[in-house]
Amino acid sequence: MKNTGLWIRTAIIIAITLAGLYVVFGPRRAPNANDLTWQGIKDNLATNINLGLDLKGGSHLVMRVKTDDYLKTLTENNAQAALTAAQDAKLPVTENTITAENKNYVFGLVLSDAAQSQAVIDEVKKKVDLSNWTESGSGNSITWSLPGQMQELMKRQAVEQALKIIESRINAFGVKEPTLQRHGAESSDQILLQMPGVDDPERVKSLIGAESNLALMKIVGPPNPSPVQTYPTRDAALQSIGGKETATRKVFPFADRDTPKDTKSNKPEAAKTPSEFVVVEYPAVVDGSELRDANAVSRTGSDKDFQIAFAFKPAGAQKFGEWTGKNINNYMGVVLNDEVKSAAYIKSQIFDQGEISGRFTKATADDLALTLKSGALPAKIEYQEERTVGPSLGADSIKAGVEASLGGLVFVVIFMLLYYRGSGVNAVVALLLNMLLTMAALVMFDSTLTLPGIAGFILGIGMAVDSNVLIFERMREELRAGKGVVEAVEQGFDRAFVTIIDTHITTILSSVILYMYGSGPIKGFAVTLILGLLINLFSAVFVSRTIFMWLIERKPDLKQLSI
Amino acid sequence: MFEFFTNIHVDWMGKRKIFSALSIAILLAGLLSAVGRQFTDGGTDAFNLGVDFQGGTVVTAKFKQKPSTDDIRASLQNVGVTEAIIQDSTDKTDEVLVKVPNLGQREDCVDENSQPMPEAGRCVVKKALDTFGTEAVGATQLPDDATASYKIVGTDAVGPVAGEQLRNQAVLATLLGLLGILLFIAFRYDWTYAAGAVIAVFHDVLITLAFFSMFQWEISLTVLAALLTLVGFSVNDSIVIFDRIRENLSLHRGDSLYKLTNDSINQTMSRTIVTNGLVLLSVAALVLFGGEVLRGFSLALFVGSITGTYSTIAIASPIAIWWQNKLGEAKMKEVLAPQETGEKLASTSRRTVTRRPVTR
Repeated sequence: MKNTGLWIRTAIIIAITLAGLYVVFGPRRAPNANDLTWQGIKDNLATNINLGLDLKGGSHLVMRVKTDDYLKTLTENNAQAALTAAQDAKLPVTENTITAENKNYVFGLVLSDAAQSQAVIDEVKKKVDLSNWTESGSGNSITWSLPGQMQELMKRQAVEQALKIIESRINAFGVKEPTLQRHGAESSDQILLQMPGVDDPERVKSLIGAESNLALMKIVGPPNPSPVQTYPTRDAALQSIGGKETATRKVFPFADRDTPKDTKSNKPEAAKTPSEFVVVEYPAVVDGSELRDANAVSRTGSDKDFQIAFAFKPAGAQKFGEWTGKNINNYMGVVLNDEVKSAAYIKSQIFDQGEISGRFTKATADDLALTLKSGALPAKIEYQEERTVGPSLGADSIKAGVEASLGGLVFVVIFMLLYYRGSGVNAVVALLLNMLLTMAALVMFDSTLTLPGIAGFILGIGMAVDSNVLIFERMREELRAGKGVVEAVEQGFDRAFVTIIDTHITTILSSVILYMYGSGPIKGFAVTLILGLLINLFSAVFVSRTIFMWLIERKPDLKQLSI
Repeated sequence: MFEFFTNIHVDWMGKRKIFSALSIAILLAGLLSAVGRQFTDGGTDAFNLGVDFQGGTVVTAKFKQKPSTDDIRASLQNVGVTEAIIQDSTDKTDEVLVKVPNLGQREDCVDENSQPMPEAGRCVVKKALDTFGTEAVGATQLPDDATASYKIVGTDAVGPVAGEQLRNQAVLATLLGLLGILLFIAFRYDWTYAAGAVIAVFHDVLITLAFFSMFQWEISLTVLAALLTLVGFSVNDSIVIFDRIRENLSLHRGDSLYKLTNDSINQTMSRTIVTNGLVLLSVAALVLFGGEVLRGFSLALFVGSITGTYSTIAIASPIAIWWQNKLGEAKMKEVLAPQETGEKLASTSRRTVTRRPVTR
């Protein structure tokens, strides 16, 4: 062939088309014969394209963590803890003061003897973690305030913590493939939760908002060194307390603490039949609402040797300290929602800080720490947005939208073929390629297709039609002006290209701004429109031109152009 | 060749006063509708804002035997909701949309832990609908449940804070988008043209909003997406004509700007009719068959694609040349000669393009 440039162009187009076909209709595994059947292609298409909740059905929740409440509670707790610490050390402290409003979080202690202030500060610091707070003293008062920067940091941490808690609760609920992430601006303290297939979010909402029923209870049994007293069946456990549960004795299932749990996959756990039961003392010593923090820690660094360090709020710490002091050498059961998750051996009296020892692996310790913490959402959450689309409603709107768009497309194709005749084929090829490649780009960027996304897609096609119309009209003008076919084609493309570039850049520019500043549904619209327009520069200009070049290459002395 | 409008000579610029009068009439009608509604006691608001921007709950319910709107309204009043909007789905005869404002917490709406639900909207609507029989709950579909008479198939609830946030964000995004367009056109053409295009876009958005106020079509987030799209289309049309004016300016230096603009509009008329006709017909298909969810979107685009075409001829171009004349002389930027631009950008073309004047 004379024109190698033309061959290169053709090769590029064929390669991109094949790649696009594979990305959209090909399997994400080793291909097999089934992938060539109609059903196989439909299945692959369904797996490759992520449909948004508005199309496949599901719940979309936007919630806000009340971080102001979190800092307020924190301030109040610290004020109480500081007062208790100073009073326990018999220091001359008379009262505490609290300010927690308008982004001011300050607490203080009032002393009857100003000379003792350093002693008070030292004592308080020993018991209460005040590393984030700025301390100042004047006369007979000491105050701690939270600097603005720290407020932001702690708010952010509170939202992160809430995110983790909600995640663990959602996973426990068995929602498939949930999306849980921060939403909106950093300072908005918002969390977005999307749950495909869930069409009654009320249960999930109450689960998220629920205080989980964590409690620490004494396990009834002979004191150490015996192992934990367990029973193989509920009946056997009941026998040991005289046949039935009483006001002070209850039987709970005992979950084996070393059962490895796969926390990575979101698969709901299969319901296990508990193999052991224990008898516990009722009511609980302290419950989850008293808990401040819990973390998995390792003393030796070995993966088999993890413990859970926990901390109570002041009031809980006092109760817990008294109780553990009286029950050294006994077992304490960590009860979550009426199931004993683990049994811990009490070695010594524990106050504010403590550990649950046991042969935990890192995974189980992390998990338990999370469960413990999940007993305490850092602050209440409020729901700001809730959208639920039943699966049938979603299917109906996708059907209506797709049918209407296909109808429009068929009309456009027929019109282009009638109005521009031979060249219309050219436009139709460019149009179909544009659609294929836009879909391929959506799959490659792992974007989610939503209703506004389909709208953006349709508009991208509208612009693609416009590009072809601009080019063809220009060619007609040049032909009318008496140009030869070759020249008319070249000038038609070159001149129309300037216009196409200007219109495309303008629309892409405004879409990028939409993407940056818009919210969820508008983002989806902007993404498909931007992709469609970028691809159009390839399909309407490069591809269409190559087809014309082929035409001229085959008949260089072409006198009439079918346009 | 089978063509439309290949050789027309209409004096568009001479009709600018008629055009302005028409635009002003529609805008005034819209303003009258908006202001009138806003200040009429017991009337509707200026705009029928959806829950996206106003906050509130919309419940879509599917019935086996759909009760009348009045019956549903009465049942809602029984549970204490007076400000409900009940709307039949236009494309599905067995569905109804019930829109209630934000209700906050109510004591008779509690979750499984006996805590009041954060927003009682859905629960209250369900209570009202229970008058007509039980709901097919959970994964049960309506036809599969012999005893149930309805099913809630969709809910949209937006709190007051989120509604305000969405509204502000939308307005900000639109204004920034327009600013971007203004700067880009000023950079590629001239400030006068940028002003013309942007004023035309404002005109289109306002006219579309006027229709939304007059007919009380609901404005939701998807309508906003449509408004932004018509902004894109309107600017697109303006640029096609400006581009032609720029080209004609360098070809026919002797002609007046008035004549050049008329010629440019006439020369591109064929493209204008074909493209916008196709868009309009596709959008018409969406309006007719696109379903309830897309209705606001389709209507906005339908109105917008008509005004977008009209405003380019009737608003953008007259403003641009009026301003140019005001400046005394055409200060149109000498943009890169077209063949250079074409060659530079169309790097894929390896042939030298010889530029010759297009004669008519």
